[in-house]
Amino acid sequence: MSYKLPKYIPVERVEIDTIGVEERVARLNTRSIKKESKVEALKMALTMMDLTTLEGKDSEGKVKQLCYKAAHLHDVFPGLPTVAAICVYPTMVATAKKALGNAKINVAAVSTAFPSGQGPMSVKLDDTKFAVDNGADEIDMVISRGKFLAGEYSFVFDEIAAIKEACGKAHLKVILETGELETLDNVRLASDIAIAAGGDFIKTSTGKVQPAATLPVTLVMLEAIRDHYYKTGIKIGMKPAGGIAKSKLALQYLVMVKETLGIDWLNNELFRFGASSLANDVLMQLVKEQTGVYQSLDYFSKD
Amino acid sequence: MAKKKTDTTTIEPLKFSGAWDYAPAPESTGHIKLEKRYGHFIDGKFVEPLSKKYFATYSPSTEEKLADVADGNAADVDAAVKAARKAYNGEWGKMPAAERGKYIYRIARLMQERSRELAVIESMDGGKPIRESRDVDVPLACAHFFYYAGWADKLDYVSPGRKPKSLGVAGQIIPWNFPLLMAAWKIAPALAAGNTVVLKPAETTPLTALKLAEIIRDAGLPAGVVNIVTGAGATGAAIVNHPGVDKVAFTGSTDVGKIIQKAIAGTNKKLTLELGGKAANIIFEDAALDQAVEGIVNGIFFNQGHVCCAGSRLFVQESVADEVIRKLKDRMQTLVVGDPLDKNTDIGAINSKEQLATINKYLKIGVNEGAEIYQPKCSVPSKGYWCKPTLFLNASQSHRIVQEEIFGPVLAVQTFRTIDEVIEKANNTPYGLSAGVWTDKGSKIFKVTQKLRAGVVWANTYNKFDPTSPFGGYKESGFGREGGLHGLLPYLKFD
Amino acid sequence: MPRLEVLKTYKMYIGGQFPRTESARYYALADKKGNVIANICLGSRKDFRNAVEAARKAFGDWSGKTAYNRSQVIYRIAEMMEGRKSQFVNELVLQGLTPAKAAAEVSQAIDLIVYYAGWADKYQQIYSSVNPVASKHFNFSFPEPTGVVSIIGPETPSLLGLVDAVIPCITGGNSCIVLASETQPLGAVTFAEVLATSDLPGGVINIITGTRKELLAQYASHMDVNAIVYYGTDKAEIKAVQENATLNVKRAIIRSGIGTPGPELINDTLETKTTWHPVGY
Repeated sequence: MSYKLPKYIPVERVEIDTIGVEERVARLNTRSIKKESKVEALKMALTMMDLTTLEGKDSEGKVKQLCYKAAHLHDVFPGLPTVAAICVYPTMVATAKKALGNAKINVAAVSTAFPSGQGPMSVKLDDTKFAVDNGADEIDMVISRGKFLAGEYSFVFDEIAAIKEACGKAHLKVILETGELETLDNVRLASDIAIAAGGDFIKTSTGKVQPAATLPVTLVMLEAIRDHYYKTGIKIGMKPAGGIAKSKLALQYLVMVKETLGIDWLNNELFRFGASSLANDVLMQLVKEQTGVYQSLDYFSKD
Repeated sequence: MAKKKTDTTTIEPLKFSGAWDYAPAPESTGHIKLEKRYGHFIDGKFVEPLSKKYFATYSPSTEEKLADVADGNAADVDAAVKAARKAYNGEWGKMPAAERGKYIYRIARLMQERSRELAVIESMDGGKPIRESRDVDVPLACAHFFYYAGWADKLDYVSPGRKPKSLGVAGQIIPWNFPLLMAAWKIAPALAAGNTVVLKPAETTPLTALKLAEIIRDAGLPAGVVNIVTGAGATGAAIVNHPGVDKVAFTGSTDVGKIIQKAIAGTNKKLTLELGGKAANIIFEDAALDQAVEGIVNGIFFNQGHVCCAGSRLFVQESVADEVIRKLKDRMQTLVVGDPLDKNTDIGAINSKEQLATINKYLKIGVNEGAEIYQPKCSVPSKGYWCKPTLFLNASQSHRIVQEEIFGPVLAVQTFRTIDEVIEKANNTPYGLSAGVWTDKGSKIFKVTQKLRAGVVWANTYNKFDPTSPFGGYKESGFGREGGLHGLLPYLKFD
Repeated sequence: MPRLEVLKTYKMYIGGQFPRTESARYYALADKKGNVIANICLGSRKDFRNAVEAARKAFGDWSGKTAYNRSQVIYRIAEMMEGRKSQFVNELVLQGLTPAKAAAEVSQAIDLIVYYAGWADKYQQIYSSVNPVASKHFNFSFPEPTGVVSIIGPETPSLLGLVDAVIPCITGGNSCIVLASETQPLGAVTFAEVLATSDLPGGVINIITGTRKELLAQYASHMDVNAIVYYGTDKAEIKAVQENATLNVKRAIIRSGIGTPGPELINDTLETKTTWHPVGY
């Protein structure tokens, strides 16, 4: 009989009470964001967006269109910012880089056998290096959820650390795929592992699994970031992704960030939305605030 | 306070204001109908006071007069008690229980329909944030009527084998911290049990009770079943001492509770008392700390701390004390203090000038006793009565701020090392209304909640209320329960 | 020469001990013909204070015992009493009862103890509830003992009244200090001897002999007493009890006499505790 060595756990478990989290979220959601603070927040949300296309059917043409939209959100409305980044598969990185040209918009690539993460380490490393070599500014990796749920935390930790190394100068976002982690305790533990292993951002979801980003999950991740900051002084970023389609929900996320981590996180260096249809809804709200008239999607470009 | 294990003093505290501050979001008052002057509600209609006297009720946030209300004297109370007796001996007493229940259901529904108006007036008259009056006070008040309505024709099941009977006329005196909700807690079970009522709201917050009187009138409740007499202490005393009152129910301070208990000594009046508290909120090192911090905030800053069951004594285990206090201070910086009608307000106005003076007195006492005071940097309006959320760190059991009920947003913080120590300290008080326990360990929850001498214990939560859940204290926090099946017992007698 | 009879000294029962009154005072108990039967301790306020201290000390342990255990301990009291039945009967007769009435009262008292022994692990379910709150919480209410209870027992029936007063009270997990019948105190003292040889921990029941006149106010006003049970119909006494009770919001339970036994008598000195906990994972 062989004796199995105890597993290496790089972080302490932090207890989370789900109902308490839900109640806090409900209370945050009662914040009423009106008038100038609403306009300010909507514009802020645009600057924080990772405009995303992650389809098997993605083509160079589709990616080019998205890149144009990223830099020209709604040209009839003067003074709008650009989004933070375009998020694509590694094979589309070169196209996106070229299409964006000098625009100050990053290119993020999903890697590590996205979205399942079920690939050998060598493939994951190659995947990452390929994207970086093609000019990716940011890498969105997925963790091995199967290993995590099996309790092999050191595997998860080591994998993140290896990908971080492969990223070089590119920023690393670690996707926890919280929809597969089952409990908020697990979300917290995965957040702590991802941060300890070197992630620059922690991200909720791939967008391919339901539920994707939720407010309770995001709150738990923000608390992990806060605790890490107070221990080390290092600011980790946060990216909820998937299922954020409406401005009202985006504002709720911003309220949560402000009241959990403070105003230093209210910028795209430390906070991103991973979304595809949110931009147009935010644009419609901005036009409505300006004109006082409710808008139709027919007047906003779909890319 | 325990010394820090790691040096984190060089890390900048998080900043919560200075960018993207929320614009004002005031609830509109356009749909509110307030009379300039209110008489008593006696025998089904609003009547001029026999005292011929009125007093003004003010908004504690603007110091503006909202309305004049009648100042009841003994003659007014006598008229109300007689109307209640007539209704008890007459239509109400003879009504089939199911019909009685239907009237209570009707009141609940009418309240729900007018919930926004009730919430706004509650915040104007009492100073509490609209978020609370809208999301807590008014829905819970409706729920109480809804819950007890269904009991009216099921009283035989309250104590199986014993035949229940109503008591007669209930005299009820309620405080200013939850004006409408306390009226609901008092009136709903009394009516369900078949009694009639004379209720006096607090002198600083009479308006929602008078709005409830309008609703009761509109519901077509037989005249005299519910009578509402406004006034101050003397009016209350007239109710307590009236020989026609069969039952007295009081919620308020322990001092006044004792006076009432003494006043009815030697009479046959039944009594329930919901009095003061100084609850311990205990945070163990194995708790879900972020949620515990939220529980601390709900425990002491809910309704400006004007809550008898407020978690006003915080006990934090030494090993996590620094972390919890740091998290708590951060959280306190996000609390919005100001206009009760603003939807973003977390802490509204202190209910009255007098109460503000009391709180300020204790702030001075705390400082003089050597506790370390902490208040977040936040602005408060120039008019009105305000108190910033306040911590007293390094407090000790012998401090008055630890022993006495302050009834404001003021939290006394102590640390502890062992379970036995914290249980002893938590119980070391004349009060016994409520307590909070935070730990992730199930067996510890059961042990500690059993050891705490308090009528309501919240484990891993705080300040939760429900019409089905009995509420009331041990020791000097009073006796009798409100809510649930237990809440019917004080309004019934058995053969 | 006939054997000289050994006379009994009637003492009080405090904290499981049999002290004389600290005041060293007594009153003479006489039979109908005026013959002195015994000298009875005239308990003082200090005796009462000592008894409250003993009761407070005993409360934690007694209330913390399992209900099953409390049930057995109370049943054991009945067993011990049965063994001394004749002594109780004799003393009641000595105090003026007919032998038939005395025997009936003693039997009734023993049976009443058995009745409440059975309640010790049952009343909780009668008075408990799971409350269907409209939120994600599990919420339940259950009874707990009020704490230390002072009892002014009925004058007559002296023994049955004593049992009716103290047994429901301790069945609920309280500890108590009872004032024995002034005119018929013998049964109370013998009952103390039964308690001392039963498994009841010292201090759970404390028995003081003396006068209502002297001790009523003390029983009602002591700040470490959580509830007072008063037997009687004297309006002035009732008012005094209720007024003094207000000092610490004491629960004042007024009983005109011995009523129908039932769990309501246990419930008189119980509190309801409601506990909330979130439900989630």
